[in-house]
Amino acid sequence: MIKKFNTLWGVMIIFFSWLISHQLIGSNIIPAPHVVALNFINIFYPIILPHLFMSLLRILVAIIISLFLGVGLGLLIGMNNKLDLIISPVVYLLYPVPKIAFLPVFMLLFGLGNSSKIILITVIVVFQIIVTTRDSVKAISQEYFYSASSLGLSGIQIYQHLVFPAILPNILTALRITVGTSIAVLFYTENFAAKFGIGYFIMNSWSMVNYVEMFSGIVALSLLGLALFKLIDLLEDYFCYWVKAGNREGRPELR
Amino acid sequence: MLEVDSVNFSYQKEKVVKNISFRIDSGESCSIIGPSGCGKTTLLYLLAGLMPVKEGTIKINDNKLVGIRPKSGVILQNYGLFPWKNVYHNIELGLLARHTDRKMIEQKVKAVSSRLNIEDHLEKFPIELSGGQRQRVAIARTLVLSPDLLLMDEPFSALDTLTREEMQNLILRIHNRDNLSFVIVTHNIEEAVFLGQKIAIMKNGKFTHWLDNPYFGEPDLRNREEFFKISRQLRRLMAEDDLL
Ligand SMILES: Nc1ncnc2c1ncn2[C@@H]1O[C@H](COP(=O)(O)OP(=O)(O)OP(=O)(O)O)[C@@H](O)[C@H]1O
Ligand SMILES: [Mg+2]
Repeated sequence: MIKKFNTLWGVMIIFFSWLISHQLIGSNIIPAPHVVALNFINIFYPIILPHLFMSLLRILVAIIISLFLGVGLGLLIGMNNKLDLIISPVVYLLYPVPKIAFLPVFMLLFGLGNSSKIILITVIVVFQIIVTTRDSVKAISQEYFYSASSLGLSGIQIYQHLVFPAILPNILTALRITVGTSIAVLFYTENFAAKFGIGYFIMNSWSMVNYVEMFSGIVALSLLGLALFKLIDLLEDYFCYWVKAGNREGRPELR
Repeated sequence: MLEVDSVNFSYQKEKVVKNISFRIDSGESCSIIGPSGCGKTTLLYLLAGLMPVKEGTIKINDNKLVGIRPKSGVILQNYGLFPWKNVYHNIELGLLARHTDRKMIEQKVKAVSSRLNIEDHLEKFPIELSGGQRQRVAIARTLVLSPDLLLMDEPFSALDTLTREEMQNLILRIHNRDNLSFVIVTHNIEEAVFLGQKIAIMKNGKFTHWLDNPYFGEPDLRNREEFFKISRQLRRLMAEDDLL
């Protein structure tokens, strides 16, 4: 029951907590959820959708680029110890740098349009993917490699039948984290030099003191995240069935 | 079939395989028994070509072994089945590596799985199988490649006694039918006696004894007095080694 309607359940919890906050604060800084919901439905098609579409485009492009770069580099250093010794320190040095501070630099270098925004999201999330990929490649048991080579699999076949499927569940987990991070970064980038994008829409409504629209924008961003998470769940169900196959009946309850 | 001559092997500093020499003829079997850590798995990896032989030589059918040999089937200590592939796709792996066409693959996988009684489980993932079924899949996966030499590393150590004996019978039947040579590494005395035409006792990286087992190959061997005789002899020899 809960399993089937778990999203609905989440919506209800948030709706009621929101309603309670609204009542407690008693001000239109937090508008009533049903008012926002109605407004959201009214302006979704004409106003929110174009903004949402632009945001989705930026996120998707950034995530796809990060996946290619991150998985590629992660595989390279995961499979090759010498490269790992050379490249990992560079990764460790760059990972903690607050790249968000570089937005002005990127804007000067790559213009005020989409490129600088996409590049900023990419340089932030790519590290999560590099590190996850490298670590999950290294965690693959040597016995699988022996078993693959004894069956005569070639280098490419070892990637195809062993390395990729083995790391896929971890990559999907990294992807979930990536979605969360990229939405947060997206919101930030859209505060600068943007005329489109859901982040712009939210901040713009705020500056016009239109809290109902501002919250509609926040709801849109939340739904965008939800849709992406659900998409990743679907990919996982399809490609990583084997992870769940063993514990389909669930785990014993801990006491 | 298999000739091993003065093979040595070390990991970093530690010498693990020390001056091992033996040979088995075509259609013969050999079991290698020894305590945990004596170097059995390492020796098997060398025989399989999974690790390079730097000192000494291994010859199979008069050819010096370098790297993986397509006609050797290998079953590793923990099966090495890929958990992300169902039984069918696990079995077909070696055939894919040999660029067999789809039709042929399907035919061969069907044949080998019905021979090993796993044809009803082709859609299942390894995690959905019992230990014995997983072992059958591991055997099917190498058998489908029609090897002439089977190398097994404690293949049945995770199984209960009954399943274990059933699997030993299965290996014996395959051996008898295909005249398949095999080497089995084990730490179980009964298994060594039942499956070894030759039995090597390994200790600290060395072969300390090399026995002939004239009773090998008789399906009801486990109930015969000779079985216990050889088992006792083996146990005594292994205990003697401990006193050295
Ligand atoms: N990859 C490795 N690097 C360094 N030392 C190793 C490695 N693998 C095994 N050894 C060492 O080599 C020795 C022999 O190991 P091996 O796995 O061949 O033993 P085994 O006879 O198969 O033991 P078991 O019955 O427990 O499987 C052990 O002392 C072990 O510590
Ligand atoms: Mg071992």
